Amino acid sequence: MKKSALIPLGIFAVLVVFLAIGLGLKPREVPSPFIGKPVPQFSLPKLMAEGKMVSPDDLKGQVWMLNVFASWCVSCRAEHDVLTRLIRSEKLPVLGLNYKDESKDAKEWLAELGNPYQHIAVDLEGQVGIDLGVYGVPETFVIDKKGIIRHKATGPVFDATVRDDLLPLILKLREEKG
Amino acid sequence: MSRLLIMLVVSVSLLSSAAIWAEAERITFKNAQSEENYTALVNELRCLVCQNQTIADSDADLAKDLRAKVYNMVEAGQSQTEVIDYMTARYGDFVLYRPAFKMKTLLLWLGPIVFLLLAIFFVIRWVRAQSSSAPVAMLSDDQRDSVRELLNKTQ
Repeated sequence: MKKSALIPLGIFAVLVVFLAIGLGLKPREVPSPFIGKPVPQFSLPKLMAEGKMVSPDDLKGQVWMLNVFASWCVSCRAEHDVLTRLIRSEKLPVLGLNYKDESKDAKEWLAELGNPYQHIAVDLEGQVGIDLGVYGVPETFVIDKKGIIRHKATGPVFDATVRDDLLPLILKLREEKG
Repeated sequence: MSRLLIMLVVSVSLLSSAAIWAEAERITFKNAQSEENYTALVNELRCLVCQNQTIADSDADLAKDLRAKVYNMVEAGQSQTEVIDYMTARYGDFVLYRPAFKMKTLLLWLGPIVFLLLAIFFVIRWVRAQSSSAPVAMLSDDQRDSVRELLNKTQ
């Protein structure tokens, strides 16, 4: 067989490799430039305690998560159970960022589904959301004892996400020195 | 005729979408420089939740918020570079339609040129191979004679 006969096969093989990589890509998953950076500072009113403010400093010195949620967000409803189970079993402090939501709706939503959050910050205008690079709800950040963002999960958290990503990381971070 | 009209209306509305948003949101600028910066930036930043739209083109909530953020920043006197830096620090290079030229984006910028050069190289090689391997038409003496004979006949 002539060598040149193999050229189309070669081109095809290269194409297959590229297409296979392309299939695995998620164009909506933007790599977060926040990993390894300190969590942005903010001070927002608390949802459940009128007149009081909450900031990331309130959780300093421990491993915690920041979960962006809203009552209008369907996938937030989907992940709520999974998140609640993780929070309860690990006694994990979580700051909920109520993103562009009516406080009344958010309270009703939490009354219906349960409130696993230690603090809930109201980000009515979504400006803190922009500061956090939020572009879709829900998003979940894992923050270490020094206040550095170590992981970001975009989209709903599933049991598999908890098992494979979140829980191992949280346990590892708890071993680290504060 | 009506189809032509529809096409015209659609294309005009697409072209002027940025202007329409600015109008719809009723924003006024403190000076021309601020307006210029704003217009340049909203046409440069990607709407992250849309497929291939700038934040000027999109009606998505996030695009509106980002437009508001850009507006506040330029009105506060921040330069285009400062706004771009702010956005890339939060959303990464993906937020820019023309990402900065650096190690991470090298393939993105140079890839097309590399592919073009490769294509040119292979075309040249192919053309050369064609021209050198093509059999040159050589006639034997007998054939030459018969050709001459035929030509003479027709004359």
